[in-house]
Amino acid sequence: MSIKVRYFASLGEGLGRSENDLEFVQGMSVQDIWLLATSGASIPDNILAAVNMEYADLETHVHDGDEVAFFPPVTGG
Amino acid sequence: MEVKICQEAFNPLQAIQDYQAALPSATVKFGATSIFIGTMRDYNEGVDVQSMVLDYYPGMTERQLGKILDIADQKWEIIDAYVVHKVGEIRPDETIVLVAVWSAHRGDAFDACRFIMEALKSTAPFWKKEVLGSGQTRWVEKNTNGYKNA
Repeated sequence: MSIKVRYFASLGEGLGRSENDLEFVQGMSVQDIWLLATSGASIPDNILAAVNMEYADLETHVHDGDEVAFFPPVTGG
Repeated sequence: MEVKICQEAFNPLQAIQDYQAALPSATVKFGATSIFIGTMRDYNEGVDVQSMVLDYYPGMTERQLGKILDIADQKWEIIDAYVVHKVGEIRPDETIVLVAVWSAHRGDAFDACRFIMEALKSTAPFWKKEVLGSGQTRWVEKNTNGYKNA
């Protein structure tokens, strides 16, 4: 019962990690994952999130085994 | 339609030629090919930049680019589209991105190419980290709207 959480670019650098596993709890949202992963830090306004490699809102519910990612605004091209 | 993430430097004109040569002859009815090539500058926001590292989200990046091509295919009459994006270390004058669209008519080719490029800029998970002339590094925080004076 776990969720894989990934952090990219400046966000991962700032947190000092690129990923970690969290224990899954029924009813968790993306925002709950963030709060758990950062020990309650407020989520920056411009941070984007994805669940299983699809963009997701903070309110999106996650399921056991999901991969949740957080990252700053994209700057490719 | 195809999306390619490239670890090595690539020649965009050669990439277009190779891709077009492999198109099935039955689909080669295009009268218009629209191309965008993005190249690394040696400056950004008034500071010299000696190199960049392009980070991405393996799996999601390809999936998001594929979605963008699907939307373009639904919205315009295009025959084919090809996107190549460099990742890893890149130096000034090297190609960052190639978008090529084949269509029967120029309007669809131009519009779809522009759409794909803008959607890539705003939604495809890539991140640039610049190595400045001073040797310091900084993350590019956001993409601009593409006009010098806007």
